[in-house]
Amino acid sequence: MGTMSLLFSLTTLIYLVASILYIVAMVTKKQSASRIGRWVLLVGVIFHATCFGVRHSTVGGTPVTSLHESLAFFAWCLILLFLLLDLRFRLSVMGAFAAPLAFLLMVASVLSPNVVVQLNPVLQSWLFPVHITFAFLGNAAFALSFGAGVMYLIQNRMLKSKSFTGIYQVLPSLDVLDKVNYTCLSVGFPLMTLGIISGAFWANTAWGTYWSWDPKETWALLTWILYAALLHGRLTIGWRGRKAAIFSIVAFMFLLFTYLGVNLLLDGYHTFEAFALL
Amino acid sequence: MNIVIVGLSHKTAPVEIREKVAFPPTEMEAPLQQLLALPSISEALIVSTCNRVELYVISRQSSAAVVEMRQFLAAFHGLDIEKLQEHLYDLEGTAAIQHVLRVASSLDSMVIGEPQILGQIKTAYGYACEYKTAGLILNRFLRKAFSVAKRVRNETAIASNAVSVSFAAVELARKIFDSLDNKTVLLIGAGEMCELAAKHFVNNGVSKVLVTNRTFSRAEKLAEEFDGTAVNFDNFQEQLHRVDIVLSSTGAPDYVLNAKKLKEICKDRRYKPMFLIDIAVPRDIDPAAGKLDCIYLYDVDDLQGVVQANLKERGKEAAKAELIIKDEVAQFQSWLATLEVKPTIVALRQQFEQVRRAEIERTLSSLSGLSDKERKAVESMSCAIINKILHHPTHVLKQATNGDDGSLYLDAVRTLFALPDPVEQDSDIE
Repeated sequence: MGTMSLLFSLTTLIYLVASILYIVAMVTKKQSASRIGRWVLLVGVIFHATCFGVRHSTVGGTPVTSLHESLAFFAWCLILLFLLLDLRFRLSVMGAFAAPLAFLLMVASVLSPNVVVQLNPVLQSWLFPVHITFAFLGNAAFALSFGAGVMYLIQNRMLKSKSFTGIYQVLPSLDVLDKVNYTCLSVGFPLMTLGIISGAFWANTAWGTYWSWDPKETWALLTWILYAALLHGRLTIGWRGRKAAIFSIVAFMFLLFTYLGVNLLLDGYHTFEAFALL
Repeated sequence: MNIVIVGLSHKTAPVEIREKVAFPPTEMEAPLQQLLALPSISEALIVSTCNRVELYVISRQSSAAVVEMRQFLAAFHGLDIEKLQEHLYDLEGTAAIQHVLRVASSLDSMVIGEPQILGQIKTAYGYACEYKTAGLILNRFLRKAFSVAKRVRNETAIASNAVSVSFAAVELARKIFDSLDNKTVLLIGAGEMCELAAKHFVNNGVSKVLVTNRTFSRAEKLAEEFDGTAVNFDNFQEQLHRVDIVLSSTGAPDYVLNAKKLKEICKDRRYKPMFLIDIAVPRDIDPAAGKLDCIYLYDVDDLQGVVQANLKERGKEAAKAELIIKDEVAQFQSWLATLEVKPTIVALRQQFEQVRRAEIERTLSSLSGLSDKERKAVESMSCAIINKILHHPTHVLKQATNGDDGSLYLDAVRTLFALPDPVEQDSDIE
């Protein structure tokens, strides 16, 4: 456990350093800081993966069964996805959102009880890691889309109210934020879809039924429909800007409830306790 | 050795005075040579811009130099010294070093952070080099000023934001569209400010310019200037769906564009954002349109607001720059001090050595019957006395160069021991 908790703390620290670098890059508009931040995050994501691997072999299964593990996995997916998208699109401004969020997720993970939940044998399947990977990468993409949406609304507000100081100077242009919002949406939607489909297949192998209107399933479907509507609105009706930003923020609230609220507040297959008890 | 400045700037003199004192750039040789010929001045440089005229010199007697420089300025331009005097300032030592570094870094400019001043000082230095009026200290000093200006530019955001209304429009547009490439601008009417703004837009990537005017020939003329297209005023609204940026400045008494029309256009544009600047008074574009989601509408006052905000931002950056300058002033000061310490110490030792030799010779010649060994002992004793006496003062002099009062000690030592002026020993340095 010693190596693992050391790796875990180190990863958290690296995410903090990257957060500072990205924020400095945004405030001072120095590209060099965000370039360094990218390398730091790459190191962090590798450390985190190692940490994940060690835990995998210690626990003897995919270690995403407790809140502690799940939050950390979310952080890892977030950074991984951010780095991948950053390679392809102009996304480095989102580092100032992704890195601090990953850091906070790691802190939240440390604060939640570090327990090892042995997965019920019924649930043991190769579909489990596939399901959670798609689901969390989708979550990560939507988190980034949410971040861009919030930044858009703030910047839009500054422009409309004609206050040209402070955060106005720091935030990027509306065009960039809207594009990032759309890019993340268009990446997140297929990931989430695959997450739901793989979950259904997994449910079938475990319980012989693809869909059983478990609260998680219901909420996930609702969230999926919201994102589908947003994507549709963007592609066909020409939704963009403020409207799309607000929509992506609301949809993310639903997603957050699907992710955390359902597990923590409602009963069903997906509560962390249920993984073991069922 | 001291850096001494006499001059005037936009802060102390109105333009009527400044234009009388300015030196034409084509005839710098005569004033530079005359300045260098003044008795208390050993190096000279003249900075002359539309906002300032300053003489930078190196002198051993600062107060005498100041008087001579004032007289020179008045005499050269045939002005009454009494009248000129009230606009002149003079600085020496640390204050002078700081002043030049601030001027070069554009902290003393009318518009803080404007980039021209550095080039103007470089030109002035070029003349001083050409006519050989800059020597060791000015050379080093000006190179220092250039590197400090560069440092200020790199380490602070002092020059990063627009401080003219027409450029502020471009900057604002960039916060909406990010890149202006492939955007289309429409000019309504022909105000000077609109034209200027349009120029900035074209220089920053805008590819297509449409011009409309009640008088079609004027629209055609302006369109030609931008390689654009003239549009008939009666149906320019039909073109609006293709336009991303509107610059309007007609003399029309009513709105040229109303909110209802703009709402329709938004829909035609699939809600792509549109950036409108209304410079006309009374206004051309219904302000209510600004409430529409995809319309970003600004008037002259708003742009003025951007400029004010940017100036404020520059003010903050200037505070950072002052810290950099403080640091650099101290560095240069200590270099300047070491410049004099070495020759002073050398002169001091030489003088002591002379006394010692003279006294030893006198004593030894009157003492006969000393063995070689005894003679040597006496000699080395005299050396030891000198070394011991000079050990502490030398140490203090070397240390003093790090502090502000370094030159005080040097002057004291030179006066107390009647040391020769180290000017003639300049060649020993470096």
